Amino acid sequence: MAEKFCTFLLDGHLFGVPVENVQEVLRSQRVTAVPLAPAEIRGLLNLRGQIVTTIDLRTRLGLPPNDDESSAVNVVVRTVDGAVSLVVDRIGHVLEPPAASFEPAPDTVPAAVRALVEQVCKLDDGLLLVLDTERAAGVVAAA
Amino acid sequence: MAIDPAMDDMAEIIQEFLVESHENLDQLDHDLVELEQDPGSRDLLSSVFRTIHTIKGTSGFLAFHQLESVTHVGENLLSRLRDGELAMTPRVTSGLLEMVDAVRSLLGDIERTGAEGDHDHSALIALLTALQEGKQAVAAEPPAVTTDDVQDDVEETPQTTEDVVEDAAEPDVVDEPVAEPTAEVEDVVVPDVAVEAPVEAPVETVAEAAVEAPVDAAADAPADVRRSAADSTIRVDVDLLDSLMNLVGELVLTRNQLVQRAATRKDPELLRTTHRLNLIAGELQEGVMKTRMQPIDTVWNKLPRVVRDLSVQLGKQVKVQMEGRDTELDKTILESVKDPLTHLVRNAVDHGIETPETRVAAGKPAEGTLTLRAFHEGGQVNIEICDDGAGIDPQRLRDRAVSRGILTPDAAARMTDREALGLIFAPGFSTAEKVTNVSGRGVGMDVVKTNIEKIGGLVDVHSEPGAGSTIRVKIPLTLAIIPALMISAGGNRYAMPQVNLLELVRIDGTQGTLVEDIQGTPVYRLRGRLLPLVSLREQLGLPEAEAGTTYIAVLQADDRQFGLVVDDINDTEEIVVKPLGKHLRHLGLFAGATIMGDGQVALILDAIALARGAGVLSDAAVQKADREAAERQAAHERSQLLLVGLGDGRQAALPLAHVDRLEEFPRERIERIGHQDVVQYRAGLLPLVHMDGVFGAHGSQGDEDAPVNVVVCDHRGVQVGFVVRQILDTVDAELSVRSRLDTGGHRGSAVINGKVTELVDMGRAVAGLDPAVFGDVPETVGV
Repeated sequence: MAEKFCTFLLDGHLFGVPVENVQEVLRSQRVTAVPLAPAEIRGLLNLRGQIVTTIDLRTRLGLPPNDDESSAVNVVVRTVDGAVSLVVDRIGHVLEPPAASFEPAPDTVPAAVRALVEQVCKLDDGLLLVLDTERAAGVVAAA
Repeated sequence: MAIDPAMDDMAEIIQEFLVESHENLDQLDHDLVELEQDPGSRDLLSSVFRTIHTIKGTSGFLAFHQLESVTHVGENLLSRLRDGELAMTPRVTSGLLEMVDAVRSLLGDIERTGAEGDHDHSALIALLTALQEGKQAVAAEPPAVTTDDVQDDVEETPQTTEDVVEDAAEPDVVDEPVAEPTAEVEDVVVPDVAVEAPVEAPVETVAEAAVEAPVDAAADAPADVRRSAADSTIRVDVDLLDSLMNLVGELVLTRNQLVQRAATRKDPELLRTTHRLNLIAGELQEGVMKTRMQPIDTVWNKLPRVVRDLSVQLGKQVKVQMEGRDTELDKTILESVKDPLTHLVRNAVDHGIETPETRVAAGKPAEGTLTLRAFHEGGQVNIEICDDGAGIDPQRLRDRAVSRGILTPDAAARMTDREALGLIFAPGFSTAEKVTNVSGRGVGMDVVKTNIEKIGGLVDVHSEPGAGSTIRVKIPLTLAIIPALMISAGGNRYAMPQVNLLELVRIDGTQGTLVEDIQGTPVYRLRGRLLPLVSLREQLGLPEAEAGTTYIAVLQADDRQFGLVVDDINDTEEIVVKPLGKHLRHLGLFAGATIMGDGQVALILDAIALARGAGVLSDAAVQKADREAAERQAAHERSQLLLVGLGDGRQAALPLAHVDRLEEFPRERIERIGHQDVVQYRAGLLPLVHMDGVFGAHGSQGDEDAPVNVVVCDHRGVQVGFVVRQILDTVDAELSVRSRLDTGGHRGSAVINGKVTELVDMGRAVAGLDPAVFGDVPETVGV
């Protein structure tokens, strides 16, 4: 059985995380900034009484800041450390690519990206970069 | 109450035993029946065995001998079943169930009468022994040697050592040439399982006889109106309580949000409803919190034993006293203070209390006293561990710190005694001259401190060489919901736990000169003492705000006070502490986060971390400046004064250092005890001194309905209220013109702001108070 991925766009690239790791997708939320925190931390989000750390995935991947945040969404993923919210440019479809279409990320990909990308999936109309959820959320050290 | 505390304790222990046993018995019934279906289940057998074993152990301890003997044979039988030496048969099951019934009836008797009653259980005992013997005879012949050896002891020692009985229950162990435990424990071994063979009757006959025996006494016991021990309490999984607590936390948050919303609408019905919700949520919160509360005695009751063993080992004599054993604490907190407390107690016995010879030589009783004290104060629990031992010599601590390389000789010399005492909490520090296996490895006190701080507590030490030491631990009542002050800086709101908060100060922009500077360190003169200031913006890496009104939250971190400069001070709120995610935990400045009434997230500040970050806790310069200022202050007379107006247009001045607070009381709140006017003030009585009276000022009493102005002063730890006409101003006066012109109750006059002002001598002013009300005011020495 092929794995399903929740996909989203970041700086024009298609990324995905395994669908079973995604708790929910939220529209852009007001967050409370955390002084002294690393740049990629947007702040804290109140998710129905649960406090969720919000991470700017662009910053985490070393991509330039997003000029137009109007369609930005929070992808809330489940991690070993509880829920973490990833801010992405735009949400995509849930894809179920055939298992044969995956291969590891080439070495030429920038280190910041390669550290978080588990594998690359060759779709008909482009590439899907599959993120390691835990590493993308920053709860485990990047490889 | 006239009840002997020891008896009371005993009753409590028995009560607990009953509750526990009743529950266990219900489980037993269930297990045994299930066991019949699944005779091979080791788990079930082990569980049954443990239950009976527990009852046996406790009943022996509580001297319920019948109960003990019944469970004892039952245990033996079970042990053989568990070890697979006997197979589970319906007859065995019936036997065991009968035993359970007998145990239940005995427990019933104990609950009703406090004693076991006089039912004869010998038939049951015989049956159980027979059951266990019957198969054993076939399985393994008990070795003769062991039988002879131990037979003599069987009668006189019903008390058994657990391991030994278990070992003995297995023939192969007994088989060993007088098994090892026997040699060590000598008389205690009662392996009557393997040894005793008193049953002459064939197994069948005994079984039949026993079935008819009237063991089921519980059935015909009169119906008890009172709820039995087992019915009046239930055991609840702590996880369930935790999740209830979380839900209540959510409810409190939702309530806060709703209350805020409702306040902005002009809907009286909605307001009423939210008020009700407010009340109910509050009560619910309190109730749920109560379910998690346990008396500190649950931790303390293990300590006398610890102290006893330790003092025997060290050749010391120590008496343990406990005060406030019923002080209640959240279970989670109780768990986390258990080890630190044990360590502190061991330390006090090991390092604090001297040997009897030393004590006698020092003119103290040979027996040392260790006092444990617990009490609630300001939403916190205080625990004190006091010993009347040798105390701690600050100089020795300094020397030790230097020899261990923790401090430079210079730094050590600069330390005050109080700071030096704090060294015992430094990592890698140990003052024991020789390392004992009890303490003195230097791994203890710093861990104690860390663990107590981890739950938001504080620990400090006071000591008087020769007279003893006191370790004081302050911990929050509960971790889940705490009162906090909301403050803001740089557009964000932060929560500061009230625990750390001492007072709030607001400085107008026009008074800007009050914030001074010692080599770049801002300080503020708070009632004559220099308070180091820490800017929250700076600590958070935010740009400094332009000068305007300054708000200072005076905080306590460790034994140090500092002022946190914030943009604004908002409300106090009950907050629910939520942990931070992994990304943010290392930042250190935040103790967690919470959700506020408007649904926004606020970070909770950690006062100790802020102080550390700003160097308040270590910066010797500030402390030195502080000391110098205090000296200057002393040399300069107490020149910070509060000016008050008396009758006849006269003016008096009180030393500001003594002033705690300014209050207004409606006249009707003033009550009278004897000749003394008092007001009820903060859960106590505040004696009032009418300054007009003391100073012989006259004139109209003013408006009868107007509230009275009271200056609440602290005089040697006792609060006194001075009733004045008006509160005029605070001045930082040079007392240039002085006279000794005495009008009573003061220490002379001075000209302040061009007006003759009478200087109040606190001691003499309170001397006229009714001693019956004011208790024992220490003799005052004229200033």
